[in-house]
Amino acid sequence: MAQQLHVELVAVDETVWSGEAEMVMARTTEGELGVMPGHAPLLGQLAESGQVRIKVPGGDQLSYEVAGGFLSVSDKGVTVLAESASPVRAAQGS
Amino acid sequence: MAAQVRVLRQRIRAAKSMKKITKAMELVATSRIAKAQEQVAASLPYSRAITEVLTALASNTRIDHPLLTPRERVRRAGVLLVTSDRGLAGGYSSNAIKTAESLLARLRADGKEPSLYVIGRKGVQYYRFRNRPMTACWTGFSEQPTFADAREVGETLIKAFTAGVDDGDGDPGPDGVFGVDELHIVSTEFKSLMTQVPVPRILGPMQIEDKPRSEGILPAYEFEPEAEALLDALLPKYINTRIYAALVESAASESASRRRAMKSATDNAEEMIEKYTREMNSARQAGITQEISEIVGGANALAASGSEV
Repeated sequence: MAQQLHVELVAVDETVWSGEAEMVMARTTEGELGVMPGHAPLLGQLAESGQVRIKVPGGDQLSYEVAGGFLSVSDKGVTVLAESASPVRAAQGS
Repeated sequence: MAAQVRVLRQRIRAAKSMKKITKAMELVATSRIAKAQEQVAASLPYSRAITEVLTALASNTRIDHPLLTPRERVRRAGVLLVTSDRGLAGGYSSNAIKTAESLLARLRADGKEPSLYVIGRKGVQYYRFRNRPMTACWTGFSEQPTFADAREVGETLIKAFTAGVDDGDGDPGPDGVFGVDELHIVSTEFKSLMTQVPVPRILGPMQIEDKPRSEGILPAYEFEPEAEALLDALLPKYINTRIYAALVESAASESASRRRAMKSATDNAEEMIEKYTREMNSARQAGITQEISEIVGGANALAASGSEV
């Protein structure tokens, strides 16, 4: 079991979700991407009205509809910046 | 005498109903402060994160973006003024306007032509009444601003700022639009429940602090898309965030200012009720005393005339 990833999903007016996760999947303007612990630092602009999926320990997956978003990966963890983020009906663990 | 008592009673009734109104407004303002402060706190994680991202981006790329580079010659300066939509908030709006006016005077003294953007009905009224031109104005959200409002304002300002790149002396340049070369914002800072200070701040061109590189080598970031494209997308968002933060803080200040004004209005009403009640009581007592002395005098007169007969 690899170490975990600290994920923060923040919208302009609130912190939508914050916690530990195994993997974050998102689509940037360049393409789909998954971030696992130990990923190289990265800054990305998310594709418009893209989904951000967070795989939490235990196999569950949280999905958020994100508009105007950015993804930042640093040694501290993953930060998803969004103008607005709303949860999508929880998808089944894939 | 009875007439005086009636007048005083009317005044007391008027002061009492006014006190009810101001007390209610005070309570509303108090709850709005708490809400606005929550909003300020809720917007902090995002602004902290976007600042971090920008700092990382700026220290990894050559900074060459119109929003970041100071213009050689500043011909026009945009000033965004945040005031309230409604009055009865003490000196809130007029203090903000005063600060903006001194900023405008300073800009004019530096040879820059100010162009004014106003938020809030009070500020708009002020400038419309004096027939002073405003480039744009927005009203209706001063007490409960949303990010969509901030974005609308921000987009207008950024458009004006980018249009200012190619302006020449007295000529709007190839795009045919007079833009601005500097952006200022005047908003009210929420220091505490008792103090709110209007402050002018520079919104653009932005200055990025060079952080002392104490943490050793900065991580080499990967960018998706290119760093320049990312900067293009990120900077306007950052400006919107700054405007949103200013709006939310101003909303908190407005409510705090209104609460204080309404509190002193309520206190004054109480004082007046007390004063009038005292006056009314003494007037009533004087009336009674007069009536008694009239009766006694009359009885004495009767008794005197009776004994003579």
